[in-house]
Amino acid sequence: QEKEELIEEWQPEPLVPPVPKDHPALNYNIVSGPPTHIITVNGKECINFASFNFLGLLNNEKVKSAAQSSLKKYGVGTCGPRGFYGTFDVHLELEERLAKFMRTEEAIIYSYGFATIASAIPAYSKRGDIVFVDEAACFAIQKGLQASRSNIKLFKHNDMADLERLLKEQETEDQKNPRKARVTRRFIVVEGLYMNTGDICPLPELIKLKYKYKVRIFLEESLSFGVLGQHGRGITEHFGINIDDIDLISANMENSLASIGGFCCGRSFIIDHQRLSGQGYCFSASLPPLLAAAAIEALNIMEDNPDIFQTLRAKCEWIHKALQGISGLKVVGESFSPALHLQLEESCGSRENDVKLLKRVVDYCMNSGIALTQARYLEKEEKCLPPPSIRVVITVEQTEQELDKAASLLKEAAQSVLN
Amino acid sequence: MLVAVLTYVGYGVLTLFGYLRDFMRQWKIEKCQNATEREEQKDFVPLYQDFENFYNRNLYMRIRDSWNRPICSVPGAKVDMMERVSHDYNWTFTYTGRVIKDIINMGSYNYLGFAQKTGACQEAAAKVLSQYGAGVCSTRQEMGNLDKHEELEKLVARFLGVESAMAYGMGFATNSMNIPALVGKGCLILSDELNHASLVLGARLSGATIRIFKHNIISGADMQSLEKLLKDAIVHGQPRTRRPWKKILILVEGIYSMEGSIVRLPEVIALKKKYKSYLYLDEAHSIGALGPSGRGVVDYFGLNPEDVDVMMGTFTKSFGAAGGYIGGKKELIDYLRTYSHSAAYATSMSPPVVEQIITSVKCIMGEDGTTIGRARVQQLAENTRYFRRRLKEMGFIIYGNEDSPVVPLMLYMPAKIGAFGREMLKRNIGVVVVGFPATPIIESRARFCLSAAHTKEMLDTALKEINEVGDLLQLKYSRRRLVPLLDRPFDETTYEETED
Repeated sequence: QEKEELIEEWQPEPLVPPVPKDHPALNYNIVSGPPTHIITVNGKECINFASFNFLGLLNNEKVKSAAQSSLKKYGVGTCGPRGFYGTFDVHLELEERLAKFMRTEEAIIYSYGFATIASAIPAYSKRGDIVFVDEAACFAIQKGLQASRSNIKLFKHNDMADLERLLKEQETEDQKNPRKARVTRRFIVVEGLYMNTGDICPLPELIKLKYKYKVRIFLEESLSFGVLGQHGRGITEHFGINIDDIDLISANMENSLASIGGFCCGRSFIIDHQRLSGQGYCFSASLPPLLAAAAIEALNIMEDNPDIFQTLRAKCEWIHKALQGISGLKVVGESFSPALHLQLEESCGSRENDVKLLKRVVDYCMNSGIALTQARYLEKEEKCLPPPSIRVVITVEQTEQELDKAASLLKEAAQSVLN
Repeated sequence: MLVAVLTYVGYGVLTLFGYLRDFMRQWKIEKCQNATEREEQKDFVPLYQDFENFYNRNLYMRIRDSWNRPICSVPGAKVDMMERVSHDYNWTFTYTGRVIKDIINMGSYNYLGFAQKTGACQEAAAKVLSQYGAGVCSTRQEMGNLDKHEELEKLVARFLGVESAMAYGMGFATNSMNIPALVGKGCLILSDELNHASLVLGARLSGATIRIFKHNIISGADMQSLEKLLKDAIVHGQPRTRRPWKKILILVEGIYSMEGSIVRLPEVIALKKKYKSYLYLDEAHSIGALGPSGRGVVDYFGLNPEDVDVMMGTFTKSFGAAGGYIGGKKELIDYLRTYSHSAAYATSMSPPVVEQIITSVKCIMGEDGTTIGRARVQQLAENTRYFRRRLKEMGFIIYGNEDSPVVPLMLYMPAKIGAFGREMLKRNIGVVVVGFPATPIIESRARFCLSAAHTKEMLDTALKEINEVGDLLQLKYSRRRLVPLLDRPFDETTYEETED
């Protein structure tokens, strides 16, 4: 009887709290037409400085025609996961090509970029294992770590001394309990080019730490694949490191390769394990063949034109220099990074006000023909929330006049809004 | 009973052999064919525990050729497969270069037959591909929200009969990224025993407390178990603090893909209303496949879609594309647009895929001016009933509801898993066999996925071959024999049931 009363009285919270109408993330920009170099946002034509189309392959005719012929042969969807008649010859070809390009033994393809690293980490690192991860790791890595239930130890961004301190602490812990230490796996997860801060990780020092403390390295190369290195092979080529020293390289194909999906590459010993225990691989439909064909063609173009990487890096240096000295905004990111952030030099006090101020800068630029966007984060979910910023993306298709125009427009906007 | 004992014996023998071979491999009597660790890293902590891989090395490797079969044509009713042989007992495969043509495909999730390379859907997708390109290179909240996405979401909301909808690039990711946005610490999730990995992952990532209720094979979801859990939860509150729960979310699926059972939606909705909890319905397999107009399990039971708080589904199965969606009230979708992990960090859907979904949804609704959609939905229902009835007549044990297009046929013994897959392939029929760990260890099965694209001749051929293989492998376990109907295949008349 009492139970009935309790059931009557209990009132749950509403399923979702109401969202205020002017929340900055609620009103999306509507892009009509393809999100290529010239983009029509909310009805206005602008030059695109916001899509991660680094090599300009989104509108490439060869890529589109390869996808068209694949569409004519296979239709759109694959109607099944890889295990049950969802493996097409295009997938096998793409995996071989990626492995050959990156000079590793094997590669495995996922159908969604976010799911790639978020499924790869829990496949190897389980409860009780230890993962050392950089503070500025992107959200997908954070979700992968959360799903793995391992012990997470954050070290300050790009601070090798901090990492070494943590590793030494772990070593002393191990000596207290050697039996447990013999079965606890250890990993370091870093990104090649960090999405949240635009700088690169010091890979040679990491390799030294790896062999000294016997930890395995997982490298996430979403932004550096197709950008760094003489042939676009990423940060290992940039530093000239033997690719076998890195245990697992994971990247998504949604930036340089202008397709959808992601891949992991490395030695067969490591990659083969994901074919049975990668959740996003086994329990999800495979990549539509037209997107796989587009990625193969994009890879062909990358291999045939190795000078676009140098062109891209030159443009990045140009704009990095041009954006210095804007009053009120500081440039965050390496000089050769194609994805920069512009942060406020002095914060107004609250994050909300900073966001509003940056929105006015972005709107000013959009009204004058340059499409920019603010970097979006989920404020409550991130472990280390980066400060609000404007994301500036450089692509090979942008001419020098356009880069200059963007720089001068940003200067104007900063002047008018921030002063 | 006998079958269960024999199954355990079978696994026992395999396990013994496994230990024997591991022993021989360790003592170098037998060659170790696995890939191994690098020389420089041999003194690192081993990446895989030996025991974890025991199943992989010894049982899975023997029958590995039943899975990951590569195909090279549209995954329609008939498919072409690349032939592959193994000279070292499945450790490596080589492709002979030949293609086995016209295998009847009973494994792809092609319920309404939209996996086609010609037709209105494909042409529309080709046009959008040449206009928009293949990728998007940005997230929904940044620069990736195309007008096509807005069009798709309005259409999906209209199709489902809800106020608003939002689409995502991957079905698995839809669950794993939105359940954490809806519930958090201090909430309770009641999830069915047999829920899909994406629902389990989403529930775990959310940080809420998870309680599992039993899945009753005959009636779909055990209502008593669920009711008991609900009562206990409200009365006792959170485990240690005794504070009341913030929200209770019930996770169920429309059709369970390994059982073929349909959830008992009217009863779940009644319970949900009585105990003021929220319902999350995952219609991955049932959207497009159930219901007189193809609108899923809600349509099948004739209920009001507004009773289900969160309607989730995927576009991979019945619509021949890729991706997932969530539909519900406008406040819910607005909240998800702002706070969903996928909207802020994951790329939006590719435009040709979006166009394929738009055309196929319009086709099912009949808005493109033809009756193809309606005809396909009816064809699927007829195929389902016919196929299931014939299999039961032959004497196999079939799980699942009468109307579900997912038909699991029980095999039980480990040796038969491999044998069934290979025999059916020899006869040009592609089937899917599943064993541990997707199913309980003694309940391995073969699963048929029916499609509106299967004609009666194809079904008859398949049934004949299944009959032969069933006799060959002694799979007809059923002790109930149905007297076959004389010559009225699609009639719903009653039939006699005789006990053996």
